[in-house]
Parts: sequence; C-alpha cells; structure tokens
Amino acid sequence: MEQQSTYRSKILAALENQDTSVIFDDTLENAMVLNMGPQHPATHGVLRLLLRLDGETVIKAVPDLGYLHRGYEKIAENTTYHEFIPHTDRLDYLSPLSNNVAYTLAVEKLAGIEAPPRAQYIRVIVSEMARIASHLVAVGSMGLDVGAVTILLWTFREREKLLDILDILTGARFTSSYARIGGVMQDLTDECIAALRSFLDQFPAKLDECTGLLNKNRIFIDRCDGVGVISKEDAIAIGLTGPNLRGAGVANDVRRDEPYLVYDQLDFDVITVEGGDALARYHVRVREMKESVRIIYQALDKLPKGPILAYDKPKRVLPQKERIYTKMEELIHDFMLVNFGINPPVGEIYQPFEAPKGELGFYIYSNGSGYPWRMKIRSPSFVNIQSIPIVLKGAMISDIVAVIGSLDPVMGDADK
Amino acid sequence: MTYDEILKGVTAKFPSSVISSNIYRGELTMVIRKSDIIQVCEFLKNECSFDALRDLFGLDMNTPIDRFFVAYNLYSLATRRRIRLKVPVDEKDLNVPTVTSIWSAANFHEREAYDMFGINFTGHPDLRRIYMPEDFEYFPLRKDFPLMGIPDSIPLPKK
Repeated sequence: MEQQSTYRSKILAALENQDTSVIFDDTLENAMVLNMGPQHPATHGVLRLLLRLDGETVIKAVPDLGYLHRGYEKIAENTTYHEFIPHTDRLDYLSPLSNNVAYTLAVEKLAGIEAPPRAQYIRVIVSEMARIASHLVAVGSMGLDVGAVTILLWTFREREKLLDILDILTGARFTSSYARIGGVMQDLTDECIAALRSFLDQFPAKLDECTGLLNKNRIFIDRCDGVGVISKEDAIAIGLTGPNLRGAGVANDVRRDEPYLVYDQLDFDVITVEGGDALARYHVRVREMKESVRIIYQALDKLPKGPILAYDKPKRVLPQKERIYTKMEELIHDFMLVNFGINPPVGEIYQPFEAPKGELGFYIYSNGSGYPWRMKIRSPSFVNIQSIPIVLKGAMISDIVAVIGSLDPVMGDADK
Repeated sequence: MTYDEILKGVTAKFPSSVISSNIYRGELTMVIRKSDIIQVCEFLKNECSFDALRDLFGLDMNTPIDRFFVAYNLYSLATRRRIRLKVPVDEKDLNVPTVTSIWSAANFHEREAYDMFGINFTGHPDLRRIYMPEDFEYFPLRKDFPLMGIPDSIPLPKK
C-alpha cells in the first residue's frame, strides 16, 4: 500500500507543479484531474496523458510512457547484429521497412560495408513506400480523430494496395525484416515493379480524392487551424524532427542534409509549411507523399542491375542459401556468422535516418565482439511526445485528439 | 565550421575540459570533464550554433573507474554538423548537471538515462522514471542487471 501511494503522488506532483503560464481571472472553480488513456482510441496506442483541467481548458498535460516498453536496447546487447533485425520491425510498426533499413545502415557504417548499388536503390524504394504507408495512416486517423470517418477508409484502401506490393516483395505485409546487413533479402522482381508502377500511376489522383474530403472541409479546418501551435524556436529546442518540424517552417530533412543511400542522386523537395499548427503538419504529410512518389519513380528509372548483397565481404554478409548446402566456404561462413556474429571493429557510430515520423537514429558502441556493447535507439516518436505538454497548454479538451493525431506518435517507437 | 575548428575552439576556450577526442567514421567525439559540461554546452550552442540536442543517453562501460558515460548528440541546423560529447561518470558520484536549461529536449532523454542507469541529473525539473514503474528499484540497462529480469522486482498491485 505504501509503495502504491508514493507512486501515485509522484506523478500527480508532476501534474500539480505550478509551472504554467496560463492564468485565468474567472476560474470556474471546477479544476479537475482527468486521466486520458492508456486505453483510448485517439491516443494511437497506449499513450497515457494526465490532464489538469479548468473547465474544458487544459492547464497542464503530463504524458506517461512505458506501457509498451519491451527493453529493446537490453535485448540488442544480448543478440547478434543479424538477430536484431526482426526486432526493428516492432519499433515503429507502421513503417517496419524504414526501421530495417535504418538499422542495417548503422551496422554497415560500423562494420565498413557498403551495399551494392541495386540494393541501395531498392532500399530507397522501400523506405519511401513505408513513408507513404505511414503517412496514409497518419492522415486518415487524424481525419478520424476530428470526426471525418470516410478519409480513414479511403486512405486505408490505398494503403492496402501498397501492402499487397510489400507482400510480393518481402513476403509479409508487416514485420517484413527485409533489409540485411550488406543489402536486402530478395530482389525486386519485374512483377513487383509492374505492380508498383501501376500503383504509383493511380496514387496521386486517389490521394487528391482523399484529401479533397478535408482540404476545404469547414469542420476539419476549424478543428485544426491554429490548434496545437508550436513556434519554430520551441520546435527546435524541444527536439522535434521530421514532418512535425517541417510543419513549423524549418527546412530540415536528413535525406538532404546528411545524405545516405543514393538520396544525393535523386531530385526531391523538402516540404515545409509555415504555421506550426495541426493543419500545417497535415499538409506537410500530404505533400510529402507526392514527393515520395517522385522519388520512387526516379529510383525505378535508375535502378541498376547487379547483386543485392555485398558478397565481397563474406565474413560480414550472410551467404546465399543455395550455396550453403553445396559449398564448403559458404557453410563455414554461415556457421560463424550465425553463431558468433559479424564482429565489427571497436568503435562507436551514430547513423541518422529520415523515418516517416522523424529522425530515427541508431547509436552503436562495439567492443569488437559479435554483440553490440550498447545500442541506443533515437526514436522520433519519443521526442515528438515531449512536445505535447507545450502544444496542449491552454488548449481545449477536444483539441487534444487533433493535436495527438497531427503529431502522429507511435507508441512502439516511443517506448522501445 | 569543420570538426577541427570546433575542436580548436573548445580547447582554446576550455583548455582543461577536453579529456580526449577522436574522429571515427567521420564522427567527432569529445570526452569532456563532468564539471565543465554546462559551460562547454553553452559555448557550443551560442558560439558554434549547435541549436538542437538530438539525443542524450547513458552508457555502462563496466569498468572500476568511470563506469558510466553520458553521451550528448548535438546537431546544428545551420551548418548541418553533428558532434558527440561524452562525460565520464564514476559510480561513486552519479550526479551530472542537467542541460535542460540549454536544450529543453534534454528533459525526456535525461529521465530515460536516469531510469535505465540511475544517473542523477542535478537540477532537472522533473526527474522521474519514464518507462519503468516508479517503485522499481533497479536500473535495467546496467550490465549487472540480468537479461531475464529479477523475480518479484515488480510487485503485483495489492487490493
């Protein structure tokens, strides 16, 4: 009983801390504490918010995380580099391909491997597909949160087409585990390219159809315009990245600023919208999807022929399955890689990656063994949630769902 | 502003603060004395335009002296540079000054480092555990914490 009460008092003390600039002259004398979540349809998973209210106005909000904490950083220290790839699927479960690619890029930087050109282009294609799929969910569920149900059904219909293509490519709709250290798992087939091209040909028109439901919708604009405003300075200081930062008018994109893969050879715009409110963040996501379509078209046109795994590094890259059963060298390498890991040199690296939610980064400290000594996952949603208390200060209760929907946190990502 | 200029600027301003530095795979890492971290961070923010703290985390090196490190991942939106600072923290004195006054982004990250390693960020406005329950007694990312957890360390709710 004793422990229970101290736990409650600590989180309540954080809420009741008088650190607030919102002062009301005519307090209605009905201040209350409201617990929102973790089981709430508009909190996108298991986000819990403790709210201190004055009438319908939020005086202070305290986010409470950890309901989906699985300790992936601890697991990473006890698995080999290859074994950890499936775990990355479960971080941001709306865009598993981005996480796969980000993780393998980090390990490749650490171990000094470079994926062959074809694999790099395929990685660009799949991470942009993941971006479209993730933004479709973000836009659709944001519409749902503010009362527009149709948009969710329409964006999910488009996403379903994309997931069917991912099914052909990776063998799974979610939890793809597609990227490998030194390349990708299997090749982009002509069948898959044809399906992707036919999807891309019709997608912009369908997206316009979807957003046509919202762009001039009086209710949607009234619910989102000027709601959840964050200034440029606050957005940078609190560490926002990705569409949320670009929605505050800051042109920052890892793809352009610290290019990885082959993004420096592709032509795309960094979308920024001034305003910093929920509507601006919505417009950033919609326009980014169109940029992603442009990027995928370019990558498909430039897609070179060649191997999809860096077979020139046999001590770091898993060999082809057929050869394991017939060749002695490959059998030895496979045995050593599976049992002892890739043993990258001693050192520490950080590899940033522009995931749909923002900057996803993997810091890896290697002591030369097959297991990482320390892996830190810099997850974008974790930091984006940090801005909720700022943007909610002085907002109405009904704005909370619009704000959370526009910030688009995914708890698998935030809780690690 | 190149890495060399940043490093020279910091060592010129704070000659005794930088314990060591290295560039590995194109990334600059500076190990900074714990007592000077606030001044160095302020200098980097104001003079070298490192306006964003992208990450902050703990490391357990499992060594008798300077067992822990706190690492800061700084990013400059203007110059698009990224550097890493590391602060050694001895097990006997787990206090590290907070940088929340310089970058408000440090709030959640410091709470996470406290939760996972038990590093005490002095002056932090709201230093609570972020992932684990408040009454949890251990620090799970320390190397002496077993992977399978400690039985009965999270008690079931009592009626």
